[in-house]
Amino acid sequence: MKQSLFTIKENRPLTKDVYLMRLEGDTSDITAPGQFVNIKLSGLYLRRPISVNDVEGNILTIIYKVVGKGTQQMKDMKEGVLDILTGLGNGYDTSLSGENVLLVGGGVGVPPLYMLAKKLISEGKKVSVILGFNTESEVFFEKEFASLGCDVTVTTVDGSSGVKGFVTNALGNYPDASYFYTCGPEPMLKALYNATAIEGQFSFEERMGCGFGACMGCSCKTLYGNKRICKDGPVLKKEEIIWAD
Amino acid sequence: MGRLSVDLCGITLDNPVIPASGTFGYGYEFAELYDINVLGTFSFKGTTREPRFGNPTPRIAECTAGMINAVGLQNPGVEKVISEELPKMRKVFNKKVMANVSGFSVEDYAYTCERLDKCEEVGWLEVNVSCPNVHGGGMSFGTSPEAAKEVTKAVKAVTTKPIIIKLSPNVTDIVSIAKACEDAGADGISLINTLLGMRIDLKTKKPVIANKMGGFSGSAIFPVAVRMVYQVANAVNIPVVGMGGVSSAEDVIEMMLAGATAVEIGAQNLIDPFSSRDIINALPEVMDKYRINTLSEIIGGAK
Repeated sequence: MKQSLFTIKENRPLTKDVYLMRLEGDTSDITAPGQFVNIKLSGLYLRRPISVNDVEGNILTIIYKVVGKGTQQMKDMKEGVLDILTGLGNGYDTSLSGENVLLVGGGVGVPPLYMLAKKLISEGKKVSVILGFNTESEVFFEKEFASLGCDVTVTTVDGSSGVKGFVTNALGNYPDASYFYTCGPEPMLKALYNATAIEGQFSFEERMGCGFGACMGCSCKTLYGNKRICKDGPVLKKEEIIWAD
Repeated sequence: MGRLSVDLCGITLDNPVIPASGTFGYGYEFAELYDINVLGTFSFKGTTREPRFGNPTPRIAECTAGMINAVGLQNPGVEKVISEELPKMRKVFNKKVMANVSGFSVEDYAYTCERLDKCEEVGWLEVNVSCPNVHGGGMSFGTSPEAAKEVTKAVKAVTTKPIIIKLSPNVTDIVSIAKACEDAGADGISLINTLLGMRIDLKTKKPVIANKMGGFSGSAIFPVAVRMVYQVANAVNIPVVGMGGVSSAEDVIEMMLAGATAVEIGAQNLIDPFSSRDIINALPEVMDKYRINTLSEIIGGAK
């Protein structure tokens, strides 16, 4: 973990309420896709944890949905400097993936899969992606994944784009997948857990105090003992997950 | 004795800054960031007789100038703390540590304190009779003078190290409880634990925290803490450890002027992991600014 200052280079909407921010600073502690950063914002007490979308040299890209006071403040930032803790969380382990990998993202769970796709491709693996949204106007990053060379299927709940329904409705497109990685809302994660026979890794979200393992604010039970989503997660292996009611 | 050093129950602290229990783990998360031996000491995660997972999540809520937590004393239990956590802590911290203890009965408190009292690395036992987050738990002992007295006596009977009783602010008469602890043999008092608080989500129309209520901490509670430290320090003849919303070197000095011998830093560690170190580094300059020669001379200076 590192605490450092990042300069805002770009901040633009991808959809009505999803924004992409590019920041320049010390990215050296970000070592795996699926990690997150924790951002200090003026007038707010707790930092705001946001997943890492990409790192290129000293440029950090994050994608966030405007859902509360923190992200509301972020969306209006045009320039300036942010105090950010980087290198948080375990991230995805790509060593277990096999050769034919499926990534499944839902809504604002899509962003961390982008850096993961890049890493898997650089390791010579075949990467397919299912991106789930509610409706066509909410779809983002379809082209970006395609540009990496991934086979991309979009699903929308209302059928306005791609396959109609949930991400699980598109699993049949990829019967040969050896392993999967996912991030998205918990109902989606649970549906995917029940719909897949192969092994995989799930990225979870929880309200956090510190984001670096000190406060026990985001603990969960797993088959391998109690874990802190911020420090021992946010990525858990399928085999260890215990679903809360 | 340096400019910053103070004596806490017969043990010299290089400085009065002590990260508070529950905000600093067992130290090693922070030792990855800086040399935690710069601290006066720290109070490790609240320990109970048996392992506890704690409360369901969400356990955390944002507030104006503060936060609410309802962790619920998650800890691996005293045996694992001694066999696994303290050896890890010892690798990164070579001073005496403060052991924080909670319980659900007088016997629990006595048992856990007796076990930790035998650990060489433990300098003080901070007995938490004030956790707001466990039902029928610690806080019931900290809300009546009789119960606080009973816990203090039971713990004192089985220990040799200084016993500091950590009090709840969620009471009508803090002084009577502090005095009861002193009468029962407590070597020090620490306060304040968190204030019982609550947030409600307007979207879901439900409490933000799964446990509904939790402990409110952060800079918003600082004036309440200063007031209670002042009241207690003026009523007892044992050292008082002040805490509650401390977030700067100025706050440390203010807390000491109110009567604190040492000062714990809580929630600030969570939002700025370097804060305890930075506060220690800032103290000499702030002392110069206010013409303070040594910190020990200002304890209880505000009359």
